Amino acid sequence: MTVRPSRRSALGQLVAGPLAACSNGAGDGTVLTFWAMGREGEVVQALMSTFERANPGVTVQVQQLPWSAAHAKLLTAFAGGSLPDVCQIGNTWLPEFVALRAVERLDARVLASSVVKPSDAFGGIWRTNVVDGGLYGVPWYVDTRLLFYRRDLLARAGFGAPPTTWAQWLSAMQAVKRMVGRGAYAALLPLDEYEPLLTLALQQDAPLLRDGGGRGNFRSPGFKAALAFYAEIFARGLAPPASDADIGNLYDEFARGYFSFYVTGPWNLGEFKRRLPAPDQGAWMTAPMPGPGGPGAGLAGGASLVVFRRSPRKDAAWRLIEYLSTTEVQSRFWALTGDLPSRKDAWSAPALVNDIHAAAFREQLERVKPTPQAPEWERIATEMQLVAARMVSERLTVDEAATEIDRRADRLLEKRRWMLARGLGTPA
Amino acid sequence: MKRLPASLVVNALLALAAAVALLPLLWMLSVSFMRPGEADSFPPPFLPRAPSLAAYKELFAHQGVGRDFANSLFLASAATALSLLFNVTAGYAFAKLRFAGRDRVFQILLGALVIPGQVAMIPLFLMLKTVGLVNNFGGVLIPAAAGVFGIFLVRQYALSIPDELLEAARVDGASEFRIFRSIVLPALRPILVTLATFTFLATWNDFMWPLIVLSDDRLYTLPVALASLSREHVQDAELMMAGAVVTVLPVLLLFIALQRYYIRGLLAGSVKG
Amino acid sequence: MKRDRAGWIFVAPAMTIIGLFFFLPVAAAFVLSLTDFDIYALADLGNLRFVGLRNYGELLANPLFWQAVANTLYFVVVGVPLSIAASLGAALLLESRLARFKGFFRTALFAPVVTTLVAVAVIWRYLLHTRYGLINYGLGEIGVRPVDWLGDPHWAMPAIILFAVWKNFGYNMIIFVAGLQTIPEDLYEAARIDGASALRRFWHVTLPGLAPVVLLVSLLTIAGYLQLFAEPYVMTQGGPAQSTVSILYFMYEQGFKWWSLGMASAVAFLLFAMMLAVTVIQLAIARRRGML
Repeated sequence: MTVRPSRRSALGQLVAGPLAACSNGAGDGTVLTFWAMGREGEVVQALMSTFERANPGVTVQVQQLPWSAAHAKLLTAFAGGSLPDVCQIGNTWLPEFVALRAVERLDARVLASSVVKPSDAFGGIWRTNVVDGGLYGVPWYVDTRLLFYRRDLLARAGFGAPPTTWAQWLSAMQAVKRMVGRGAYAALLPLDEYEPLLTLALQQDAPLLRDGGGRGNFRSPGFKAALAFYAEIFARGLAPPASDADIGNLYDEFARGYFSFYVTGPWNLGEFKRRLPAPDQGAWMTAPMPGPGGPGAGLAGGASLVVFRRSPRKDAAWRLIEYLSTTEVQSRFWALTGDLPSRKDAWSAPALVNDIHAAAFREQLERVKPTPQAPEWERIATEMQLVAARMVSERLTVDEAATEIDRRADRLLEKRRWMLARGLGTPA
Repeated sequence: MKRLPASLVVNALLALAAAVALLPLLWMLSVSFMRPGEADSFPPPFLPRAPSLAAYKELFAHQGVGRDFANSLFLASAATALSLLFNVTAGYAFAKLRFAGRDRVFQILLGALVIPGQVAMIPLFLMLKTVGLVNNFGGVLIPAAAGVFGIFLVRQYALSIPDELLEAARVDGASEFRIFRSIVLPALRPILVTLATFTFLATWNDFMWPLIVLSDDRLYTLPVALASLSREHVQDAELMMAGAVVTVLPVLLLFIALQRYYIRGLLAGSVKG
Repeated sequence: MKRDRAGWIFVAPAMTIIGLFFFLPVAAAFVLSLTDFDIYALADLGNLRFVGLRNYGELLANPLFWQAVANTLYFVVVGVPLSIAASLGAALLLESRLARFKGFFRTALFAPVVTTLVAVAVIWRYLLHTRYGLINYGLGEIGVRPVDWLGDPHWAMPAIILFAVWKNFGYNMIIFVAGLQTIPEDLYEAARIDGASALRRFWHVTLPGLAPVVLLVSLLTIAGYLQLFAEPYVMTQGGPAQSTVSILYFMYEQGFKWWSLGMASAVAFLLFAMMLAVTVIQLAIARRRGML
């Protein structure tokens, strides 16, 4: 959806639209096309006027894509040769686009830049943008998952502080469950989201893929331990075996104590503030993820900005990326969307410093790990969650589930193994 | 005396069926005039408390629906013109002109109807990409310029043109093109309206192919834009219903105006007599 | 001679389009289904491998593919009879001598057919909303608990079936109306004179007279329903728990979400094989029953 309110009349567009579509894009004056997803796409338009004023002759055309269709859209655009100049892409998608040789390498530009510096970024997040030794994206905003919890219910159950280890978390959940009884639960881990299980898996040392990213490593003791912990939460009735769609309005449910722990991301900071009734605002809090033996690692998520290789306007595209990476614009962007800034010094903005709920994210971001950088990873993670959901609903054993995940992962990675054997692909 | 209850039952059932058929559409219209958030209440309201154009304003001012409407209109009209251009001559030829292999080719065409169109979509996309017809209207229009159904429609109708008429004109020395222009076309006029109606409606409503071919949102047609909107704005019932009204109303009105032709086309070749 | 040439000139433009933009891609799709085209091949065609029938083998061993087949068959087996029954019922009502305002009713009953699928799917998504939807509200008025239509794996496909029947029954209704009109009135008169009740007249005069039409309608409807795609795409995205992944939705995800084009083409051909088989079987049954 083009967010900019049209300056031309509808009739003018009727003519210009098809004509512009038939021409080959190399326009008069520089028109940068920028694709952004979801809420970011809606909001980023507001930031463009300052950029355009600072860069006369350059206009930015923002197109918004819904997240659920974005991946398919991008691949279709790649196949059809109609990718934009600059694009926001989830950082877990980056290996795929590098494998497609669709994205431009940015090392030289970063080296020469006074705005974008690796030292300004969170280590784990920066690493997600480095694929086979090359830098292909610049972090735009960051995302990780951690605990959102009802501290009032936790306190009533006898826990004054949030848990920092798995064992503590389990006891806290059990105490809450005993307190709320039947008809309610201690935690919500939607069965159609792979992030909670993936976070637990990353907290172990064993890598998730082995043999250079050619085979699954889900039968490792580390992953099985994470899977076992996940299964135990459901087996003990601490979380409902439900998907997102089953819950209805999760904010209402959280407010009425249907669950007290929720593993989710930064967008819910704003949503919780907006949708929970005022008296409940003091009752919820965030905390970093508990790990097996102490505070645990988290997912290095978020979105990066990339320049597509076939763009004829890479210099202007880079300038847009630099603009969006300045501390000031990062802070403004956060204020507009609630997406956490990727620049560490943007976190010094007073509004962020004083946000007690965001503090847990600041801490967690120092302990995030990238996911395996195989292009097939997203599919593997999806399969992993499908099997985990089956494990919960059909009471499979952890060993059965781990074997099945490995089997599916190996099948998905077959082509990759072939490529690696021929020396074509690059190890993940 | 005994006839009355039966008549009442029949008409009551018809009214009930019509209500079921129309209820979602009427609700769509009603909600489109509600204020944002009004529809999300319990019990669900059926009529707006105070009708407002807020949803429509949002659609046209901020979501670019005016442009999507123009795109849909352009594509449907262009497709109709192309369809008339390509299908009518072919349909007439299969009915009335004798040429080598005519019946065999026609049977092959009929066989193509069993193949689901989606089989061809992916290679077609790759093919169009190599000639630069992806992400523009050409990619949507050109593959649809001719179709087996349209040819079939015209052929069935053209069969009823009396052979003697054509023979007489040939004997008089008229060329085939002359005959086509002066005798056949006027005779085919009703089916031309049917074909045009069918093509316009089908193109307007087409969803999957434009979804695949058009990536630039400035080229979106209404169904594609609506689907995209529905993924993002799933909570805004009023906005979505306004979008649905803009998409559905034009074709509904067109159908009501031309239903005689549309229904005739539907029956072509389905039922004898 | 001259007519021959004229004939070819008249059909050439359409044949070129259909040949180039339909038959050629279909043939290419078959070739594609014998390769392992994926995003590596998208990046560089040199990464393409010819794998013979491996895609087909993998599909037949893929539980999600069979889930898609099961979902689609569920849709067809329940939806087609429902749709035909609704269309026939509506046609009988419409053609009844006792019906009034036939023009209005016919238009009203047919209206859903011409509406844009995406638009009405969006409408129905709201009607089926668990709390704010009119359908659950109506059910609540007669004492039925609210059903989570689109969130419960057991109810999602029935919801889609309900929607599809609503959208399409007008189409077959018109065909049935035309079919009913071809049954000679004298047959009914004769039956009435013989003292047959309305039900017996229906069974012994109407149905046999409609047999070829029923065959045609079921062929068309089954073929159409096997191609279920837009409804899951708009309303449920294949969920919840893959309960509404249809064969074409599965193909779409394989092809356009993951760019496994080889696999996606294989799915399309398997669907084609299914449709062909169903059509052949139906025609064979009809021939045996003497309907053809």
